[in-house]
Amino acid sequence: MNLTLKVWRQNGPADGGRMVTYKVEDVSPDMSFLEMLDVLNERLTLEGDDPVAFDHDCREGICGMCGMVINGVAHGEQRATTTCQLHMRHFEDGATITIEPWRAAPFPVVKDLVVDRGSFDRIIQAGGFISVPAGSAPDAHSMPVKKEDADDAFDAATCIGCGACVAACPNGSASLFTAAKITHLGLLPQGQPERDSRVVAMVEQMDLEGFGGCTNTGECTAVCPKGIPLDAIAQMNADYLKAAR
Amino acid sequence: MNYTTGEPIRDTKAPSGPIEERWDQRRFSAKLVNPANKRKLTVIVVGTGLAGGSAAATLGELGYNVKSFCYQDSPRRAHSIAAQGGINAAKNYRGDGDSIHRLFYDTVKGGDFRARESNVYRLAQVSVNIIDQAVAQGVPFAREYGGLLDTRSFGGAQVSRTFYARGQTGQQLLLGAYQALERQVAAGTVEMHTRHEMLDLVVSDGRARGVIVRDLVTGEIETHLADAVVLATGGYGNVFFLSTNAKGCNTTAIWRAHRRGAYFGNPCYTQIHPTCIPVSGEYQSKLTLMSESLRNDGRVWVPLRGGDERAPGDIPEDERDYYLERVYPSFGNLVPRDIASRAAKNVCDEGRGVGPGGLGVYLDFADAIARLGRDAVEKKYGNLFEMYERITGEDPYTRPMRIYPAVHYTMGGLWVDYDLQSTIPGLFVIGEANFSDHGANRLGASALMQGLADGYFVLPTTLGDYLAAGPFGGVDQADVQDAVSEVTGRIGRLLSVGGTRTADSYHRELGKLMWDYCGMERTEEGLRKALERIPELREEFWNNVKVPGEEEGLNQALERAGRVADFFDLAELMCLDALHRTESCGGHFRAESQTEEGEALRDDERFAYVAAWEHVTGGAPVLHKEELDYQYVTMSQRSYK
Repeated sequence: MNLTLKVWRQNGPADGGRMVTYKVEDVSPDMSFLEMLDVLNERLTLEGDDPVAFDHDCREGICGMCGMVINGVAHGEQRATTTCQLHMRHFEDGATITIEPWRAAPFPVVKDLVVDRGSFDRIIQAGGFISVPAGSAPDAHSMPVKKEDADDAFDAATCIGCGACVAACPNGSASLFTAAKITHLGLLPQGQPERDSRVVAMVEQMDLEGFGGCTNTGECTAVCPKGIPLDAIAQMNADYLKAAR
Repeated sequence: MNYTTGEPIRDTKAPSGPIEERWDQRRFSAKLVNPANKRKLTVIVVGTGLAGGSAAATLGELGYNVKSFCYQDSPRRAHSIAAQGGINAAKNYRGDGDSIHRLFYDTVKGGDFRARESNVYRLAQVSVNIIDQAVAQGVPFAREYGGLLDTRSFGGAQVSRTFYARGQTGQQLLLGAYQALERQVAAGTVEMHTRHEMLDLVVSDGRARGVIVRDLVTGEIETHLADAVVLATGGYGNVFFLSTNAKGCNTTAIWRAHRRGAYFGNPCYTQIHPTCIPVSGEYQSKLTLMSESLRNDGRVWVPLRGGDERAPGDIPEDERDYYLERVYPSFGNLVPRDIASRAAKNVCDEGRGVGPGGLGVYLDFADAIARLGRDAVEKKYGNLFEMYERITGEDPYTRPMRIYPAVHYTMGGLWVDYDLQSTIPGLFVIGEANFSDHGANRLGASALMQGLADGYFVLPTTLGDYLAAGPFGGVDQADVQDAVSEVTGRIGRLLSVGGTRTADSYHRELGKLMWDYCGMERTEEGLRKALERIPELREEFWNNVKVPGEEEGLNQALERAGRVADFFDLAELMCLDALHRTESCGGHFRAESQTEEGEALRDDERFAYVAAWEHVTGGAPVLHKEELDYQYVTMSQRSYK
């Protein structure tokens, strides 16, 4: 396959940034999207150009490090897929592909397609945990959990913190990310003692970081690689109303 | 490359006495640090996977000043996140005959009698606390309808002791540790440094006192000092270029520490995982694992005859060879990883492999789907099937998966004593980065167990014993300067070569060399060839690599080049270790040493020891042997038949 790439290049937060066009040839349909970019970067390096900076690590869809807006869609058009799991067989030969970073004020661009998602860590710091120092836990079977609750908690807990939800949201909201953690911990008996303080603190931190509010657009769940449902946000709002009363 | 033999290691600091009581004894004999003094002590923890994340969180909870470092943009992304199948624990919730002693026995046997009894026993003891801790943190393990925890079987065991969270157990356990860590960041006990990579260790007055790191965003070289340093930087499987490791996984932190005096234990012990998605082309950047748990229900087979080009569904039952079930009737598809991998290699060598290049075997779920129904199979393995479909474009519900072995884990690592302390006082090494608990082959679902055992339970006790003698006062500036100039010198050199090949292209070539000569099967001839070729290739690398960009700012090509440079040196030591160990054991298979049936043949007379290598600048490495003494398990030829 031969492709034309239009890639966002930005040399640090102070730089204005611009789209730059590159041709890549002889792309195999079995390549992953990132492998296609590897090929481009090897060529740019040898030609004395600056390779395109992008975040990636596990390349198996679980670390949440990669993420780019491909043809206007966070992680590309294939549903429930991270950028690293997207393969070139889903593109047409001769296609033009635009590649941009996550765009949201709380995710400043570090370079090219790399953004700073430290704001997500700070939301977790605000309350995304159960306070249980090592060594203080009772026997695991002392507290049975309904299988349905455990399964639902697991589904919410599969969030990989990639930030696609924020990138896709017209308001730049981090509601799906925040709600996933609140739902995960709130569904479990272990999570009850801190349930109220958790939701209040995490929502406050989310606002403080400059993320927008949720208007139920649903773009977040559409691009979420793990398919975290919009219901999580409803749960977060219900918990928040109850706790903030 | 030659070596000399030095003084043996006689004392690993394990308490004597009955094995069940050793860890209790050590906990009692370990000195305590009073709470007011803990605040005055600083500990650096490098790496935020299961071991590093849990250690930093726990040390923070105890009141130490902790500085935590990771190269990723968040501690939640460490590669523990990708562990799929599960975590072992001797809970015996099933009442199927499990016990601490049985987990201990299975692990020592699984490691082909090359692990320390005392360490492994402690690991089995602590395993039960890990499950309790994780559940209390809200880790959503799979449960039964009665609300209790579900378990499954894993390779090398005949009991069901593996706890799991669908195919994402590593993710859920890591997020538990990450959340505990972030709680301590909020509490002010842990200072988190993301996008920072450790490039050297500061040793002063004989003690590990700090690290030199590069801020990957600004390019600035920073010095961080402390009273102790903990390395939790994972394994070095990426020396093979293609492995199941994350792209960033590297050996630099432990290799730099090795150069500063920490012995390297059993570098050649590599685990090749039997169930990975086969390579599809030259551009391949990494390999993806399909969890071992799939072998609970999937059946491994190849066509009976070589060159059978028919689609798998068109090959009738009696023309298929379910070779694991045939050769190992009592463990069947659940034989340990080293055995399953080599068996796959053997049938492919016979020309019976499937898929491109004949480098693959089938993992077939047709029977499981017929028996349990598609829904039940989807519930258990849905995410793994999806991952397979995404990568290969084939549907594993209707066509058997194609799998092939790939480098997955390194049992070798920095040598540590019973306290997890290296040969540099004040340098502790935990998780995959150390060599300690898995011998020559790690059993499935034991890596998560070891990482968390080290981080939550073992290190916090033993580190306290060391720190009780602290604080250790000022650090000699000359020692800091020495480490800083070493780091800046190397970066400058890499940037100034200006050659004609990228670091990745050298890495690929080195990886191929290692896979061919130091991979699933090793021979004296091959290893000698590799030992000849590696220095040549390294020389070429340093004279012809092209690293674009500058020292300042984000420069991912520079990061990669530095890692590749260290892989060259490590690769050489791995080959030397593999050459000197003329026996086969676990994942280390020397073609010259096999039973009549082609299984690994140990030589306990000559090789029942840990090989701990000492670095000598400008000279040959020195081999220190730590004899392995088995009092509770009888060494025997492993049999899974």
